[in-house]
Amino acid sequence: MILVLVDHDRGVLDATSVQALTAARALDSDVEVLLVGAAGRDAVAELATYGADTIHLAVHDTLTDYAPLASAKAALELVSSRSPRGIFTTGTPRGNEVLAHIAAILDAPMAAEVLSVTFGDAGVHEVVRNRWGGNLTETARVHNDLLLVAFAPHAIRAENATGAGNVNEFTPNLDAADTAVRVIDRTGGAATGVGLAEARVIVSGGRGVGGPEGFDVIEQLADLLSGAVGCSRVVTSNGWRPHSEQVGQTGTKVAPDLYIACGISGATQHIAGCRTSKTIIAINTDKDAPIMGYAHYAVIGDAQTILPELVAATRAAKE
Amino acid sequence: MNIAVCAKRVPLSGGRWELTADNLDIDTSGASVGFTTSPHEECAAEAAVQLVEQLGGSSTVITLGVADSEEQIRSLLAVGVDRGVIIETDGSEWDPQATASALTEQIKAGSPDGAYDLVLLGTEAADTADFQVGIRMAHALGWPVVTNVKGMTIDGGVARCERAVGSAREVYEVTLPAVITVKDGLNIPRYPSVPGRIKARKKPVDTVIIEKPAARLEKVRLDLAVEEARSAEILGTGVDAVPALVEIFKNIGVL
Ligand SMILES: Cc1cc2nc3c(=O)[nH]c(=O)nc-3n(C[C@H](O)[C@H](O)[C@H](O)COP(=O)(O)OP(=O)(O)OC[C@H]3O[C@@H](n4cnc5c(N)ncnc54)[C@H](O)[C@@H]3O)c2cc1C
Ligand SMILES: Nc1ncnc2c1ncn2[C@@H]1O[C@H](COP(=O)(O)O)[C@@H](O)[C@H]1O
Repeated sequence: MILVLVDHDRGVLDATSVQALTAARALDSDVEVLLVGAAGRDAVAELATYGADTIHLAVHDTLTDYAPLASAKAALELVSSRSPRGIFTTGTPRGNEVLAHIAAILDAPMAAEVLSVTFGDAGVHEVVRNRWGGNLTETARVHNDLLLVAFAPHAIRAENATGAGNVNEFTPNLDAADTAVRVIDRTGGAATGVGLAEARVIVSGGRGVGGPEGFDVIEQLADLLSGAVGCSRVVTSNGWRPHSEQVGQTGTKVAPDLYIACGISGATQHIAGCRTSKTIIAINTDKDAPIMGYAHYAVIGDAQTILPELVAATRAAKE
Repeated sequence: MNIAVCAKRVPLSGGRWELTADNLDIDTSGASVGFTTSPHEECAAEAAVQLVEQLGGSSTVITLGVADSEEQIRSLLAVGVDRGVIIETDGSEWDPQATASALTEQIKAGSPDGAYDLVLLGTEAADTADFQVGIRMAHALGWPVVTNVKGMTIDGGVARCERAVGSAREVYEVTLPAVITVKDGLNIPRYPSVPGRIKARKKPVDTVIIEKPAARLEKVRLDLAVEEARSAEILGTGVDAVPALVEIFKNIGVL
C-alpha cells in the first residue's frame, strides 16, 4: 500500500496533490489517502474523482488550521496501523514540510523534488529527482524499507479515475507540543492586478533595464498585454522591485504563454523559473547572452530605447 | 541572543552547467564557474546580523564543506556575522541526514558566548533541494521549527514568522530556542563594505573534522535537464525590430 498525503488549505485542495495520487496509483493498486483536519472533508469528493477509494480523515479539537508536526503525527499513526511501503506527497511547502517531519521522527531518508520512482527489493529504492531548480536531474538510491517521496510539482500529469471516496475518520493522539507550531493568523491576500503565477503574459526586467525608472515602460507594456511584471534577482537585491516579482529558482516559477526577458542574461537560476513558458522573447544588447539559448525570438539592442517604442507600437496596434 | 546560521558553498555558473566525465558532479574546472552562497542563506545571515544589532549577542556561520568554503564564510563575516565554523569534508557529498546530524552536533556544542537560542537555515539548499535539514535538526535538538519564512520579528523570546500562502501570508509564533528556515525575499542582504571585508579577515574561523556516515539518500548519477537545444531567431537590431515584435504578439494571440 502507498499512503498519499494531501495538501489542502482549509478544505481547498492544492492542485498538485492529486499528481502524487496519480503517481501512487500507477505503482500500486492499493493506495490510501490522508487528509488532516475536519476542513479536509470538503476535499473528499474531488479526491474521489482522482481514484481515491480509502480516505483517512484525521480530526482533532486542536486541528483548527494547518499544523505541520500534528499532520506528521497523524500520518505516523497510519504508518503503524496500515504499514504502507511508501508515503507520497506533493512538493509544496506544506507537502515537503510534513514529509520531512515524518522522516526526522523515523530517522529515515526522504527524497524531495522527485520526478519518478522505482520500488526495489531489500529496502533499496531508486528515484530520479530535480537538482538546481530542474537544471539537473539526479538518479539516487534510497536506503530504507518505507520510501518517503515528495514529487516536484507538475512532474506528473494528474489523471481522473473513479474512486469510492470512503472516509475513515479517526482521532490522532496529539499533545500540545504537536500543535505548538501552527497557523495562528493570516494577513494580506487579494492582491490587485494579474498575479505573477497565473499571468498569461509576463514582461520581465533585469539589470539591463538600468534602474527602478526603467520599469515604468515594463509596467506599461505589461498593462497593454494584460500581463504581469517580473524581474531578476539582481533587480530585487538592488531594491528596484519587490521580491514578489522575482522569477526563478528562489523566486516564483512561472509558465506564461509569453515571457519577455528585457536586459536579463539568462542565468540558470533565472531560467529555472521560466523555462516552461510557451514563447520566450529576449531583448538584450549581447547577442551571445545565455538567454539566447532559451529564447524563441530575440531583439539585439538597448532595452531602454526599444521598450518605449514597443509600448507605443503595441498601443497603436490595439486601437 | 546567540544565533547560528547554516550556509553552504555551492557552484555558480554564468551559463549552462557542465558535468564531470563520471556524471557524479558539476564540472567546476571551467573559468565561467565560481562559487557562492544561496540567496536563502544570505537572507538568513542578514537576519542574524540584524537581530544581533537589535538584541545583542553574537552570530556564527556553520558550513559543512571543503576547506575552500572559508571563502563563502568570509563573505558572510564581511556583512557582519561574528565567526565561522567549517566541518571539513573531502568534497564528496553528504546526504541530508548526515548533514543535519553533523550540524546539530555543532549547535549542541554551543558558541563561545554560550548556548544557541536560534538556528537559521535556508528552506532548501540551492544544489540539492532536499527541504529537510532544518526540520531534522529541530527534531534532534527537541526544538520547534518554522519553515519557508519570509517575514520574522523577535520579541521577548518569541519569534513571529510569516510565510506565503497564495497571495496572503500565514502567521506562526514559536518560543525560542527554535529552528527557522527562511526564503529569499526575507530581507535585502547588504553588500559587504570595505571596512567590513577588512574586519572579516581577522574574525575567527574554526575547523572541525568528523567521520562521514554512509549515505541513505545516495547519489548515483547526475544528468543535464533534457531540453530542445534552442537558438533564438533574431528579429532584428534596435527599434527597427519593433514591428516584428508586435507581429509576434498578434500571432500568438496576446494582442
Ligand atoms: C542559488 C541561487 C538562486 C538564484 N535564484 C535566482 C532567481 O530566483 N531569479 C533570478 O533572476 N536570479 C537568481 N539567482 C541569481 C542569478 O544567478 C543571476 O545572478 C541573476 O539572474 C542575474 O540577473 P540579471 O540577468 O538581471 O543580471 P546580469 O546577469 O548582470 O545580466 C544583465 C543582462 O542585461 C544585458 N544588458 C545590459 N544593458 C542592457 C541594455 N541597455 N539593454 C538590454 N540588455 C542589456 C546584459 O547583456 C546582460 O545579459 C540565483 C543565484 C543563486 C546562486
Ligand atoms: N553542507 C551544509 N552546510 C551548511 N548548511 C547546510 C548544508 N547543507 C544544507 N544546509 C542548510 O540546510 C538548508 C536546507 O538544506 P536541504 O535540506 O539540503 O535542502 C540549506 O539552505 C542550508 O541552510
